[in-house]
Formats: sequence, C-alpha cells, structure tokens
Amino acid sequence: MTQLALVIDLNVCVGCHACVTSCKEWNTSGSAGPLCDERPYDANPTGTFFNRVQTFEIGQYPHSETLHFPKSCLHCEDPPCVPVCPTGASYKRKEDGIVLVDYDKCIGCKYCSWACPYGVREFDEKQKVMKKCTLCVDRIYDESMSEADRKPSCVKACPTSARLFGDIHDPESAVSQAIREDGGYALMPEWGTHPSNHYLPRRKTKLKIHKDELERADNPLKVDGQLPKPGKGDPSMDDVSAW
Amino acid sequence: MKPAFSVIFLTTLIGAAQGLFLALFTHQSYALLGLLPMQSDAFYGYGSVLALLLLVGGLVSSFFHLGRPERAWRSATQWRTSWLSREVIVLPAFMAVVFLFGVSHLSGYRPEVVSLPDGSIVDLSSVLGVIGTLLAFALFICTAMIYACLRFLREWNSPLTVINYILMGGASGFVLAAFYAASAAPDQADFFAGWAIIITLLAFAGRWASLVRNARLKPKSTMQTAIGIKHPRIEQRSMGAMGGTFNTREFFHGKSAAFMRAIKPAFLILAFVLPLALLALGMFTPGLLGLAFILQYIGLLAERWFFFAQANHPQNLYYQTIG
Repeated sequence: MTQLALVIDLNVCVGCHACVTSCKEWNTSGSAGPLCDERPYDANPTGTFFNRVQTFEIGQYPHSETLHFPKSCLHCEDPPCVPVCPTGASYKRKEDGIVLVDYDKCIGCKYCSWACPYGVREFDEKQKVMKKCTLCVDRIYDESMSEADRKPSCVKACPTSARLFGDIHDPESAVSQAIREDGGYALMPEWGTHPSNHYLPRRKTKLKIHKDELERADNPLKVDGQLPKPGKGDPSMDDVSAW
Repeated sequence: MKPAFSVIFLTTLIGAAQGLFLALFTHQSYALLGLLPMQSDAFYGYGSVLALLLLVGGLVSSFFHLGRPERAWRSATQWRTSWLSREVIVLPAFMAVVFLFGVSHLSGYRPEVVSLPDGSIVDLSSVLGVIGTLLAFALFICTAMIYACLRFLREWNSPLTVINYILMGGASGFVLAAFYAASAAPDQADFFAGWAIIITLLAFAGRWASLVRNARLKPKSTMQTAIGIKHPRIEQRSMGAMGGTFNTREFFHGKSAAFMRAIKPAFLILAFVLPLALLALGMFTPGLLGLAFILQYIGLLAERWFFFAQANHPQNLYYQTIG
C-alpha cells in the first residue's frame, strides 16, 4: 500500500516560510475555493493556512540553538480525526494514504480538530468548513504538468530542499531511505497515531582535522618543487607545473 | 478548550430532559408495581411535554455549533465509528419516544400489551417508558463518549465523564421533577425530592472524584515529544502567525487563572450544595424546589463551562508565543 508523506529535514530548514506562502498561493487558487483570510492588510490579520513554520529556541543563551519547525497535517496512518467525523467528510484515501476533507460534506462541527493532537486542521471562518493539508492532491496527479512539477507546492518551493516527498511504504524511495538512514522520527509518538510525515533531526556538522593531516602524505608541494615553474602569463596546471 | 455555549446548553438541557423523563417513568414503574399511587395521565403527559420542550431547546442550541447547519442530516451517517453521529441518531429517537409516551398518556390511548402473572397490566405507555429509559441512558452515554473517547484530552478520557453526565443530568431532571410534582401532584413530591437528593449527592461525589483525578494528571505530551528534540529547555519564539489563528481561538478558554479558580467552588456550590440544602428544606414547597432547579441549572452551566475549559489540548504546545 502506498502512503505518501513529507519528510522534513530540520537540519536544513532555514525558516524562510517559502513553503507557507507557496502552499497558500497554490491552495487558495484551486477549484476547492479560496483559503479565506480576515483583515489580511489590517491589524491582527488571520486566515486559513495548511502549513505553518514555527520557531523554537532550544537551550539557554549563549548555549542555544534556533529551530525552525514547519508543521502541516502529518497524514497519520491511524488518523484519530477520521473516525470521529459524524458525516464522513474526513477520510483517509486507501490508494495513497492522504487524509482529506470533503468540503461539500463537512458540517463545520470542528470535532475533528479536537481529535487531532497536532493542531493541524484549521476552520475556514468564511466557508464554515474544516480545512487541512491535501498534500497538493490536485498537483501530484495532474498529468498536464511535467513530471518534475508533480510534487506538493511546498516541496517545490523549498530553497534548501528541506522537504522530501514520496511513498514511505516503499523501502527504496528517497523518503524511506532518509527516515531509515538519517534518523527520521514522528511527532508525539505517545498517542499511537503513527504520523506518516517524519522529521529528520538536527545534526552537528563538525570537521575534525588532526595535526598529521595538515600535511598530506602525497603533499603536492613536494611535487611542486620538482616541477618546472611556468613563466609569467603561462597557464599553470595542478600536478604538472608549479604555481 | 474554548467552551462553546451551544454545546453547554445542548448538554445541560437534554441532560435535564433525560433526567425528568427517567423520573416520570420511575414513578410510573413504582406505581405499576403498586409501591406508589398511580397518578393521572395528565401528570405523566404534561411532564413529558416539559421534557420534550427541554429536548427541543437543546436540539436548537446544538445547531448554533455547526458552521453548515443545513447539512446536519449528513451527521447521522457515521454511526459505526463516531459517537457524535450516534448521538445525532439517538437524540431524535429519544425525542420521538418521549413524544409518543406523552401522547399515549394525554390521549389516554394505553392498550394492554402484556399482563403479568400477578394480574398487573403492562400497557403501551409502560413499553414506551422502557424504550425511552434505554434511549435516555444511550443518549447519556453517546453525549459523554463524544468527550471521553478523545484519548489525548486526558481530563475527559475517563469513565468518570460518562458517570458524571448520567448523574448530573439525572440530578437536574429529578430536581425538576420534584418541582413539577410539588405543583401538580404535591403528595408525590417527596418521592422525587428524595431521589433528587440521592442522585445530587452521587453527582457531587462523582464530580469531586473527577476534579481530584484531573488535578493529579501529568501531561503525556511535552515540548520534547511535540517537536522531537530531547532538550530540557525548549521555548517557542514564534507560532508562525501574528494575528492569532483558529488554533489560538478554539483551544484556549481565554480566562484568567483567578477566574478558573473562582468558578470551581462556584459551580460546586450552585450545582450541588445549595440544591441539596433547598431540597432538604423545601421538600414540599414548590417555590424552594423551583429555586433549587434554577440554581442547580446555573451551576451545571458553570460546571459544563469548566469541564470544557479545563481540558488542555496537546496542540496548545505548538501555540504558546505569538511572533
């Protein structure tokens, strides 16, 4: 069975909010109608978003790190929001595991948002229905787009490629490899929701150079001395001529 | 959570109606077994009308909770998985039975269904009463399970939620029945007031137990599990929005800690202590019993407000700092 999901690399995310704006742009322009905003150019603007980037400070200054944390629907394998829906508007697709809301069936009772521990469902205050990330279901299967564009718009927008998209049930997929090899983890595992979206942890990238490595065994400088020194204006070449 | 007044009125009004119906049919059952004098059809009939009015009030109130009330009929479809859907089915079914129970009494149409070996006759109204009793309990369970089934709202995720919905609805209904009987059949008021005292005491104990339980709860979700970073000190600097979101409006009650501290003794006194005192004092005085019902109803409104406000949703971990 296919389970499409995002894998978000927290080591790479720079918190630019490009995924937020591209998500909003794509999903407010679709056939499902806009993601409504209230007072967009006024004081206290508020609106419906599928995706938010939050920022956390970890540790205490000066030993602190800033973590940017993109958060959208995790498309749980066992989504607690789906069985509670009284109308069947919330459902999980069998074919690809995407959790969706049928906006034409939703009665706006908000019970699903109570049943989601992650707070990723947002009620559209103008259309009076519940909304959530669709994994750009209207992009990823659109054959009028080139193959490379058939990805969620947040993935396409990310300038640092912090967002991977694919089938986490396919062990050969890039997302499965990332989860397996880079320590991918799920949020709030204590509730047994089995989120499909995973996060890759922050990693310390350190380069340790030992003293004996400062001089290479095959030090080209030694070679250089034996090579003919090119004349001024002549082209120089590694390992062939001295600098 | 942010308490929604539509749901507060729904749960308290139908709770009182269920309790009132249970009170009426309890009396009729006692009378059937010869333990109490059978009352006139009008007594049971107009009592059911009163219960039906409360149920209609609750139903109307529930529509104010919906963003799209015109699609409400769809909510009866998912009874296999959703307690809310089950409630949507059981509530009208209960209303229909209360209506028929009332009609059966008011029209005097009470044909014999079965006669017991000792010669007593089980008529149509008794059969409807049994069905109504089962539906009343089913409705209590559905209403309470809507909240009790949400496993990460730990203040609600307890059998006490179901027990307390039954007891508090029952208490409210029996107090109303005592007031109704004191006006319509004064010699029966002590029966209802006696039961009202017992059920109110039990409800007091049940609610107290859930307050004690909730005070000892330790959150399962922490900042560390929410974002998966294992560091003891994590602080949110930005929630990703400046002007508030659905997540900041729906899941925070927005009242001060002092207000939360004040409302707890207030509802305990209004819903349990004062009604108990008034019931004991005014067992035969319609005025005091009416006052007991009104004070207890106000207390139960406050109780329900507190019930919602006290539930701390794990999503709140993600929405702590605007920036």
